[in-house]
Amino acid sequence: MTDRRIWAGWTALLFAGVLLGGAFAGMLFEVLRSGGSTGGFDFYLARITGFTLWQAVLSTLVSVVPGLIVARALHRQESFPGRSLLLGLFAVPLALPAIVAALGLLALLGREGLLAKPLNAVLGEPWPGIYGLSGILIAHAFFNMPLAARLFLGALETVPADQWRLARQLGFNARQTFRLVEWPPLRTSLPGVAGLVFMLCVTSFTIVLTLGGGPRATTLEVAIYQALRFDFDPARAALLTVVQLVLAGAAVALLGLLGADTDAEPNLSISARRFANGGRVQTALDALVILLALIFVGAPMVAVLWSGLQADLWRLVGENAVRRATGVSLALAAVSGLLAALLAWSLAAARHASRSRFSRALFGTGASFSLVVPPILIGAGWFMALRETGQVFTVAPVMVASVNALMAVPFALRVVRPAFDAAAARHDRLCLSLGLRGVNRLWLVDWPNLRRPLFTALAFGMALSLGDLGVIALFGSDALKTLPYLLFERMGSYRTADAAGLALLLGLLCLALMLAANRLGRDREPA
Amino acid sequence: MKSMILGGLAVLALVAPAFAQGSLTVYTYESFTSEWGPGPQVEKAFEAQCGCDVKFVSVADGVALLNRLRLEGASSPAEVVLGLDTNLTAEAKSTGLFAPHGVSAEGLTVPGGWSDTSFLPFDYGYFAVVYDTQAVQTPPASLKELVEGDPNQKIVIQDPRTSTPGLGLLLWVRAVYGDDAPQAWEKLKRRVLTVTPGWSEAYGLFTKGEAPMVLSYTTSPAYHLVSEKTDRYKVASFSEGHYLQVEVAGQTVKGAQNPLAKQFLQFMTGPGFQDAIPETNWMFPAGKTDKPLDPAFATLVKPAKTLSFPPEEVAEKRKAWIDEWLAAMSR
Repeated sequence: MTDRRIWAGWTALLFAGVLLGGAFAGMLFEVLRSGGSTGGFDFYLARITGFTLWQAVLSTLVSVVPGLIVARALHRQESFPGRSLLLGLFAVPLALPAIVAALGLLALLGREGLLAKPLNAVLGEPWPGIYGLSGILIAHAFFNMPLAARLFLGALETVPADQWRLARQLGFNARQTFRLVEWPPLRTSLPGVAGLVFMLCVTSFTIVLTLGGGPRATTLEVAIYQALRFDFDPARAALLTVVQLVLAGAAVALLGLLGADTDAEPNLSISARRFANGGRVQTALDALVILLALIFVGAPMVAVLWSGLQADLWRLVGENAVRRATGVSLALAAVSGLLAALLAWSLAAARHASRSRFSRALFGTGASFSLVVPPILIGAGWFMALRETGQVFTVAPVMVASVNALMAVPFALRVVRPAFDAAAARHDRLCLSLGLRGVNRLWLVDWPNLRRPLFTALAFGMALSLGDLGVIALFGSDALKTLPYLLFERMGSYRTADAAGLALLLGLLCLALMLAANRLGRDREPA
Repeated sequence: MKSMILGGLAVLALVAPAFAQGSLTVYTYESFTSEWGPGPQVEKAFEAQCGCDVKFVSVADGVALLNRLRLEGASSPAEVVLGLDTNLTAEAKSTGLFAPHGVSAEGLTVPGGWSDTSFLPFDYGYFAVVYDTQAVQTPPASLKELVEGDPNQKIVIQDPRTSTPGLGLLLWVRAVYGDDAPQAWEKLKRRVLTVTPGWSEAYGLFTKGEAPMVLSYTTSPAYHLVSEKTDRYKVASFSEGHYLQVEVAGQTVKGAQNPLAKQFLQFMTGPGFQDAIPETNWMFPAGKTDKPLDPAFATLVKPAKTLSFPPEEVAEKRKAWIDEWLAAMSR
């Protein structure tokens, strides 16, 4: 029995290994074949590497600083109507596919966006739209400001109530309170939060692809995609991939040095704290900050909803292309989610069953390296490996499902493993004494206990895969289109109304799955 | 799960050829197969003639067509490839994927004549900047004026890595500026609103009023004259001359085994195909049509001079020139 579980774990690792190994082999092969010649390419390479870093630094700044301010305001105003709703809203961008958010921002701030007319009037000249660096920054802030705020809020809530009371008793003014009470925990979490946001922005693909607008605002990942799909220049793609890997690797190493928490899942206690802080001016300022944050995060979502409802949803849903893409998306997402849940289960089981510290560590963390290697890099590697066979577009469904499954494993593990360990701790001895094993144990003991966490993992994996544009952008063709791919296509051919309708559809699907995942996860009976 | 999918695909691969009898797979670009393009009309006419099933597979634009083909290599299902242009024929030939067409080009007339044995022309046109008369009072009278004009007056262009008009503009600038092309692009860049992957997207942006100028063809105003009865959109005639595009089709090595491929190419040179070209693809037909061109075509700008590079030179320098373009555009 033990052997079988460990065997399952090795199978899961083998799956990850083959997927990553194949990608690296494909890339390496391409580098060797090209002999490292880059032609007259150096300037462009330097330029986009610079832009990749530059936009990431700026994005981090515009996410982290406002995030910090919002977190402080939220922390001071511990109880106002809708506070927990607001915190819930702040979690939504994480669940939203990037392309949906990009569309929301365009619907709001594009040249023909809802705000274009008022902005025209204010500026006295045509609003230039948000293609380019500005769009990238706004979109990254939309995703990462709420994340940073939630993480900082978590840090602030570690301050013991006693310290606040003490600060009150000693008559600290706002500046002193900040310096002596709030700043220490914020400072501790700052490098981690900034590092995480930086990492997310360095590897951001969809946002730059949809909002970049031309060669001026191109990052390495988008350049990899273009090298493969535009230029058909695998040697160049390989070189770009190496640079991107080095960059991402360095960022992760830096993150490790800074002791960042890459979990990105802050657990907030919404329990009421002590006493209100600051005077009326402070409260008014906080209210303003919170209101601005609400508008910033909420408006693009409202824009998605609004412009989506303007679209001829009925016709859209009736369209063959849309139905097919939805079917393909759901099927691939289901396979991907199922695979992610199975992989997580196998790894959890193998970790529990293995005796040596090494293999425990391997099964425990072995799959989280996938966070370092963004999906488009794995996709690009396989694209290069497969191109000789001419089967690139035939294996597309396999690539999309398996790469996204791998991406979801670290998250799935986080749900499945604790449940598995708890269940095993409770039932192992009983099963042993009853001689319950194999399929019987699986059916009678493990399944009832693990059903919920596995469904959570499945739903999460599905949502992640459903929103993917990185892998499908490379492997998609008119033979295989997913919803995000179709959406990107309609957006590309400026069929804005269609794109808006599809974005609403996709956003709702993902949100529903995420909500299901959350609900299943929360209702889990205490083990 | 993976093996299940692979297994499923293998079954599909085995079954597919059984259906393929009496069918022809044509790779082309998007605006050809769109609802308003020549695709539907051509498909209907040819299917009536051959009693077979024509399957169009479309990609963003002409250059992407070649990329897709190179990517799929010998295992590509493409039997006829329609929509490359003379700037790409040398590169396309060097892939070894194309077979001689074996069709007489006698009835076809394109500027400069025709002698290629791998590809047959089906239409031609001249690249041009089309402008909106309601937004532009004094259109540029030369490429130089376009390059040096007011940066606030924008133009939408196409990406030369995917699109034949994009590549056409790249070569046009080369033909006029020579080795100073990168400097010209750096100036022109300021006027570029955005770079789209294909012609359809760029023209869509232009007609939606997002930009007052677009890179298109001298024939584009004919569409607005004939279909929309408006002379709002005009071509800016450039004193340096206009770059020529001849669009071609050919059969692949795989297609050479399917008699329908040659039949299609033969059909392409005749009126059944050519009749669709002027008022759906909005280009000059390379072959004879049943009825004369709409008088609107006579009102179009006639280039003072025709510019073009030999296909071999484009094949040799395209990559270097595109790298220059990328460098200039990203600066």
